[in-house]
Amino acid sequence: MIGELQQLEKDALAELATATIEEQILAVRTKYLGRKGLLTGLLRNIAQVPDEEKPLFGKRCNEVKERLNSKIDDALKIQSSRKKEDILLKEKIDVTLPGRFISCGRIHPVIQVRREICAIFASFGFSVVEGPEVELDYYNFEALNIPKDHPARDMQDTFYVEENVVLRTHTSPVQIRIMEKVQPPVRILSPGRVYRPDSDISHTPMFHQMEGLLVDKGISFGDLKGILTAFLKKVFGDKTTLRFRPSFFPFTEPSAEVDIRCVMCNGTGCRVCGQSGWLEILGSGMVDPAVFQNVGYDPETYTGFAFGLGLERIAMLKYGISDIRLFFENDIRFLRQF
Amino acid sequence: MLVSLKWLKDYVEVDLSAAELADLLTMAGLEVDEIKLIKPAFNGVIAAQIISVKPHPSADKLSLCDVTDGLQTYPIVCGAKNIKAGDIVPLAKIGATIPGGYTIKSSVLRGEKSDGMLCSEAELEIGDDATGIMQLPPGTALGKPLEDILDLGDTVLDVGITPNRADCLSMIGIAREVAAITGKKMKIEACEIRESAEDINSITSVKIIDSDLCPRYSARMIKDVKIGPSPVWMKTRLEAVGLRSINNVVDVTNFVMLEMGQPLHSFDFRFLEEGRIVVRKSRQDEEFISLDGKSRKLDADTLLICDGVKPVAIGGIMGGLNSEVKDDTQIVFLESAYFSPASIRRSARRLAMPTDAAFRFERGIDPEGVLGALNRAATLIASLSDGVICKNYIDEYPLKVPAAADISLRLSRINAIIGTSIKSEEVIKILQSIGMDVREPEIGRYLVTPPTYRVDIGREIDLIEEVARLYGYDRVPVTLPGVSVAEMVTIPRLDLEERIRCLLTGTGYTEVINYSFITPLSVDYLSLKENDERRRLVHIKNPLVEDQSVMRTTMVFGLLDTLRKNANNGSVNLKLFEMGRTFLSRGEGTLPEERNILAGLLSGTISDDLWNSRRNVDFYDIKGCIANMFLDLKINNCQYRSENTETFLHPGKSCNIYLNDNKIGYAGELHPDVQDKMDLKVSSYVFEINLDIMATHNAGDITYKEISKYPAVTRDVAFVIGSGVETDHMLNIVLQQKEDLLENVVIFDIYAGKGLAEGTKSLGLRFSYRAPDKTLTDLEVNNAHEKIVRNTIQLTGAKVRGE
Repeated sequence: MIGELQQLEKDALAELATATIEEQILAVRTKYLGRKGLLTGLLRNIAQVPDEEKPLFGKRCNEVKERLNSKIDDALKIQSSRKKEDILLKEKIDVTLPGRFISCGRIHPVIQVRREICAIFASFGFSVVEGPEVELDYYNFEALNIPKDHPARDMQDTFYVEENVVLRTHTSPVQIRIMEKVQPPVRILSPGRVYRPDSDISHTPMFHQMEGLLVDKGISFGDLKGILTAFLKKVFGDKTTLRFRPSFFPFTEPSAEVDIRCVMCNGTGCRVCGQSGWLEILGSGMVDPAVFQNVGYDPETYTGFAFGLGLERIAMLKYGISDIRLFFENDIRFLRQF
Repeated sequence: MLVSLKWLKDYVEVDLSAAELADLLTMAGLEVDEIKLIKPAFNGVIAAQIISVKPHPSADKLSLCDVTDGLQTYPIVCGAKNIKAGDIVPLAKIGATIPGGYTIKSSVLRGEKSDGMLCSEAELEIGDDATGIMQLPPGTALGKPLEDILDLGDTVLDVGITPNRADCLSMIGIAREVAAITGKKMKIEACEIRESAEDINSITSVKIIDSDLCPRYSARMIKDVKIGPSPVWMKTRLEAVGLRSINNVVDVTNFVMLEMGQPLHSFDFRFLEEGRIVVRKSRQDEEFISLDGKSRKLDADTLLICDGVKPVAIGGIMGGLNSEVKDDTQIVFLESAYFSPASIRRSARRLAMPTDAAFRFERGIDPEGVLGALNRAATLIASLSDGVICKNYIDEYPLKVPAAADISLRLSRINAIIGTSIKSEEVIKILQSIGMDVREPEIGRYLVTPPTYRVDIGREIDLIEEVARLYGYDRVPVTLPGVSVAEMVTIPRLDLEERIRCLLTGTGYTEVINYSFITPLSVDYLSLKENDERRRLVHIKNPLVEDQSVMRTTMVFGLLDTLRKNANNGSVNLKLFEMGRTFLSRGEGTLPEERNILAGLLSGTISDDLWNSRRNVDFYDIKGCIANMFLDLKINNCQYRSENTETFLHPGKSCNIYLNDNKIGYAGELHPDVQDKMDLKVSSYVFEINLDIMATHNAGDITYKEISKYPAVTRDVAFVIGSGVETDHMLNIVLQQKEDLLENVVIFDIYAGKGLAEGTKSLGLRFSYRAPDKTLTDLEVNNAHEKIVRNTIQLTGAKVRGE
């Protein structure tokens, strides 16, 4: 009898394993455990079992019943969740179709560069200042130690509005206007539009400059190197190699051009760097004492440095743009790339 | 400036490669932009000696030569007559190339073999002489390449000279720098002058009338000159640096200018009337024909070099056609002068004559170098043209050009400015290396006298710069400034702009940057009224193009232009904005008013996405953009009014925007007429808002309002009103009643048409009632609601739809 019972359990489990739908599983339960089921039938025949084996047989039968019941319940649960899954799968959509959203606009690449640079200098304690774009000759030139009839005026061709009114050729006049108003220490940054009559693949008659000025007691050329090195490494990466090279600007002395190793060829020489391996990034220098005198600062007490850079140039290097005019054509296919 | 390395080596020893030298110069402040190689126009031409010459058996005009390169003998057929055995001549061997792209091959001429070609100067483009085979000096090493014998081929550095370094506008100037950087000695031969017995003062005279413009004028006279071509060495020097050879007198003046930095001029003395020179200012409208053949009208203070009667040169800028050296010139009057830099600069700019001479004079030449250059040039002219130099020279020097006084320099200041601890000995060594006379009256303080050619050095800081650049910027230690906190200046508008930029890009608008200058026709395109302030244009005197000749008084024109350009490229669905300035003239002598403006443009369909909604944009999209922005900025007291809107906008679909009753901008659809005038393919919606006013507006602080725990009860009403009645009017009347329980009222429907009388519309409003402290009963809601509806009907004459 025990043998029969074992066979019954085996058969039941085998049948259950092949049952895939709810009805089949329920049919297994009815066939073995139902009122007229096979297990029930075995129990009915308990009379044939010798008395001393009866308790054990009864116990075994109950164990088999419990086991089968629990297996059948499990099978039903699995089957039911599979059924729900099937319904969900029928709702399958094409996830590769485009999402639905308000397509974001883009910030102009030059402004993106401006923001980045302003943020870096804000961390050095520089604040942003502004000045007029249509400027007096005095602020654009004379106060910056560029007298009339001086060859240094050749360095910047100029748009004139009147004899003494120009479109500012650089953002440097802002430093004069600020120094006239405040006493040192000064840490300012003046970004903005500037104008020079020039138009080709690397010049537009309007472009953006960023001027920085730091004035305090005891500021040296070493500090200029320190701030500008920290700045350029933040923009172009920690591994950037820099060089400071003597140059001339009428409002700074000593003056320095700052070059970085060409980001395109890494210094081996290419079209972008004109085979020199270096890229001119910014002009800088110690504020000329004549400029301090023009704004009423005592050059013996205060020293400082100024620097200026073109934002389009930085953007061109960062994004690999070779024609500066693209910035102002506002072709949406260009702007959407940033 | 172009610097020939070979020429440079005449004055200083250079044992570096061109690239190394370029790097050193660049790091000393003389930026080398380019290194150019100059190669001769031929290749494979060597010196060969003629062993024998005999007539060609079957051609009268040809001869047969045997020539040797020292190793081998070559049979050559030659057509020239000026050769004989023993001559050393240039031989283009088989495989050689000569100008014109010819490659020499072995050939047979009238039955005789020829293994090469003997060449004339002209055939090799070395000179003009085509009459015979070029003769090389006896003793020339056979087989040696011709370019080495004649010293052809060169390396030329293109050096950028900053405006302060006038002293570097010459080969000797650059050589001095090279010597200072490399520690090599300069080698300049003293100029030995041989004069004839005839005294220049017995022949001519110089009178300076306007000495403020011409402080110094010196002259020499060279007689019996024979004008002809310059020798090869002179030509190659000049051509290497981009100058064309003219003749053996003019070339010398150019050569010495390039060598020493002193511009010179040579006159043909026979054309100087009364045989004398007068230096004076021009008279107003005086006319003059310069060397380039152009007639020019001068103004009242251009410096003229005149003879006894008429002008013969524009001083320091260009000579005159009437007195130039010609092929038959015999007596040369040579000028070497110092002119006022500012005056030369003014004149050269006004006349648009940026000549090499003017370039040097306006930057400042060495006032004490005038005579040295005069003597050098006179000697060269005499030697090249076989002339004789008259005894003595003229040196009118009425106004002494002030030399820099002794400059006081402190060691402590040097190190404070540069951020170094350079030792005294090094400072002295650096300054002496560039020709400074340095004394040290007390420890750490120097008195420095710069050489007269360093016209840029007059102050302590100028010397500090010299020390810094020759010490080497790369040796200056990198430091960071101490932390003394500068007062932060904040411009509220900039924060506002940043916020707007984020918001607008987040809602799909892309930022553009248009030029600040536009066409003066912009105000007509926009049909602005005659008295519109935006007609106060700021004109640029020297625009690049007419389309960019006035500063913009409105931003919208640029955006419309951007739309036009993009539409031409097939992009019409645009959402654009720009932040920038407009410029309104306040009249001559005053700077214009600059306003900071935000402008936006919307056109095409709301989305580019073919798959999703593709409805066309309309007024409410642009208004929504603005309203959303105000919402974000917590500005809640702005109004949109439909009266008196811009002339370039659709009169029925536009509004002015007010903030506290101040007009701050406008929005609306572009007028179809303007759209046509500007050739725009699609309709567009635009706005402009004044950021300066917005920035001064103090957005209220945020105060949290308790959220009611009790439910809201809503009631819908549709009012039938005249179709011209604006929604704002109705809502204002509702809100004026200040019903405490009314939480808000929103529009749920607008309808006109079937079922409604002509000229009316239905405005469906949903009222929402709520109390902060309890659940409202129906009765309480009904009382409040009926009161509002009643009052609204009374105040507006509206009817409730369906009643």
